[in-house]
Amino acid sequence: MSSVAATRSDAPREGESGARGRPGWGAPGLVAVYRKELADHVSGWRFLVLSGLVIVTGIAAAYVAAQTLSDTLAAAGELDPFVFLRLYTTGSGSLPPFTFFVAILAPLLGIALGFDGINGERSRGTLSRLVSQPIHRDAIINGKFLAGLAVISLMLAALVVLVGALGLQLLGLAPTLEEFLRLAAFCGVSIVYVAFWLSLALLCSTLLRQTVASALTALALWLFFSLFAGLLFGLIADAVAPVTDPLDPAQVLRHTAWEANLGRLSPTILYQEAVQTLLNPQVRSLGPLLLEQVVGAVAGAPLPLGQSLLLIWPHLTALLALTIVCFAAAYIAFMRQEIRAW
Amino acid sequence: MNTFASSPSSAPAPEAPAASADGARAWGETAQAPAAPLVNGQVRPPVIEARGLSKRYGQHWAVRDLDLQIHEGEIFGLLGPNGAGKTTTILMLLGLTDPTSGTARVLGRDPWREALAVKASVGYLPENVGFYDDLTGRKNLLYTARLNGLPEAEARERIQELLETVGLAHAADRPVRVYSRGMRQRLGLADVLVKSPRIVILDEPTLGIDPAGIREILDLIARLAREERVTILISSHLLHQVQQICHRVGIFVGGRLIAHGSVGQLSQQLAGGAPLVVDVEVEAKADTARARELLQRVEGVSGVDTEPEAGRLQVRCSRDVRAALARTLLENGIGLVGLAVHTYGLDDIYHRYFQGGDAGEQRGGNAIRRPA
Repeated sequence: MSSVAATRSDAPREGESGARGRPGWGAPGLVAVYRKELADHVSGWRFLVLSGLVIVTGIAAAYVAAQTLSDTLAAAGELDPFVFLRLYTTGSGSLPPFTFFVAILAPLLGIALGFDGINGERSRGTLSRLVSQPIHRDAIINGKFLAGLAVISLMLAALVVLVGALGLQLLGLAPTLEEFLRLAAFCGVSIVYVAFWLSLALLCSTLLRQTVASALTALALWLFFSLFAGLLFGLIADAVAPVTDPLDPAQVLRHTAWEANLGRLSPTILYQEAVQTLLNPQVRSLGPLLLEQVVGAVAGAPLPLGQSLLLIWPHLTALLALTIVCFAAAYIAFMRQEIRAW
Repeated sequence: MNTFASSPSSAPAPEAPAASADGARAWGETAQAPAAPLVNGQVRPPVIEARGLSKRYGQHWAVRDLDLQIHEGEIFGLLGPNGAGKTTTILMLLGLTDPTSGTARVLGRDPWREALAVKASVGYLPENVGFYDDLTGRKNLLYTARLNGLPEAEARERIQELLETVGLAHAADRPVRVYSRGMRQRLGLADVLVKSPRIVILDEPTLGIDPAGIREILDLIARLAREERVTILISSHLLHQVQQICHRVGIFVGGRLIAHGSVGQLSQQLAGGAPLVVDVEVEAKADTARARELLQRVEGVSGVDTEPEAGRLQVRCSRDVRAALARTLLENGIGLVGLAVHTYGLDDIYHRYFQGGDAGEQRGGNAIRRPA
């Protein structure tokens, strides 16, 4: 080192480059990558198209729900204490509810933001330029994940607020504090859920060489979990715990338990159960409810938020764990990759 | 002349005692003698140093026992066919891949363990450099500046200077998608220089560019070496182009550095003991045999080879006896049309060394002629 310093004396240059002020608090480059990715996402067509799709369908669903609700409200005259939440969960014959659209379409946004994260940089030839800058290599993947997460969070929060505003306008009702908190929790769960798809897409983009291949893989997984997983789990449950006598409660229970527990392997079903519990305080159990369990319960009484959260705590943990596992796998794969591996 | 604010011109250029007989041709005004590692009589430590550097992929040694020293201010050309291990060497010097054995030191640091410090002062232009196509040239450079932690205002100023230097100021605000290959390469050079590096590593900088573009790029590189006072390592399989601006070259074949030195030194090695060969061409082909007899008797001549069908002779001599040769021929009435000291060009060098290597790997085969 000292010998190098000595040689510098004959070539005076701008201050020692290592001493330059770098933003990022010990993670040089993270902020730069994050800002760049964020700008790319927000101005990119992918984000516009997909968030447009989610927002349009979401608002359409909420609008239809508001119409249905105001009819019911007018007829019943008695106020459902959680009518504002119904805005998000009520479907009509023609249109599924808002939550359905978020559960199905929002993952696409996560996939769109992540599927070419790493292999896109490789195929453009920008990755080798990127890694030769004085930044830690993980700043690249971390920055990409965080930027995607920020976009997703903004989009989902904006969507929930937008639908809420629509409800205020159409129903003329304001949400109570509890409803507000439940909506915030819904927002949080949705962000974690979409972040799972983002990290899955990033994992694909790290492992697969072609951007097309990683997009298709992520989409195939999305299709499987959104549509086919439920059917498949039903079939497996039928095979493992067949119901020969529909009147035998033990058999039926066993079958239901199998189906439910298998279903919880799927992030989509985990998410749907969590949302159902959060937005519908009447939900008291996610499995079959036996008569002996409801003895003494006040019929129709809603669960407080704390109890609803307790009910879906395993779901939240599992979703978060899935997200972390996917991201960790992508992170490790990326850190171990040879830059010129392909 | 110096357009770079951050590169004070007070620093003396690394002038070296001229060894003009080294055979390296001048490239415009960029001709420069090989940089000697001597400054004020002191030996400078090398800025890039490799000792026994090796890299193995599976059973295949991509680089084997590389010993190399590159000194400050030098332009070093790493020449060799594709797949010879040039890029692997570069990646090891940058700390982008870890050596299987041996050590590398860049500016006195271990690139694998102190990657950030090394990367902060080493600019790397990868082969097939890519940019974000939707961003403008300027924004691409700005991103690099941010990754290097340059303050925004300083970065903008420097980027403007660099864009002017590489001749892209007019296209700075157009998206890179519309850039030609040569423009991308020049943008790549600007990108490498954003961080004001002390060492610049260029991997195949002339690949896929037309001759005029190559000329521009090489000119630019040589000028940057002078004005920015950086050490440059160029890897290429197109020796012809690169030798023109290199002070020293290393020939890399099959993972091994089989020869290095200035083109002149390599030429001497190739001449193998016989100090001087003079090419003589006579007017009438019939005179060739007689000329040979006459020339063999000239003092200092050790041997003469002939090519009677071409009227050419190669005279091996212990010293420069060209005048005596000319006089002898003219006095005996033999028309002399050509007389020149035979120099071994990089062609010969390349060919000679590559015969030992994987000949099938040779690209740009049109650049390789057999030695006469």
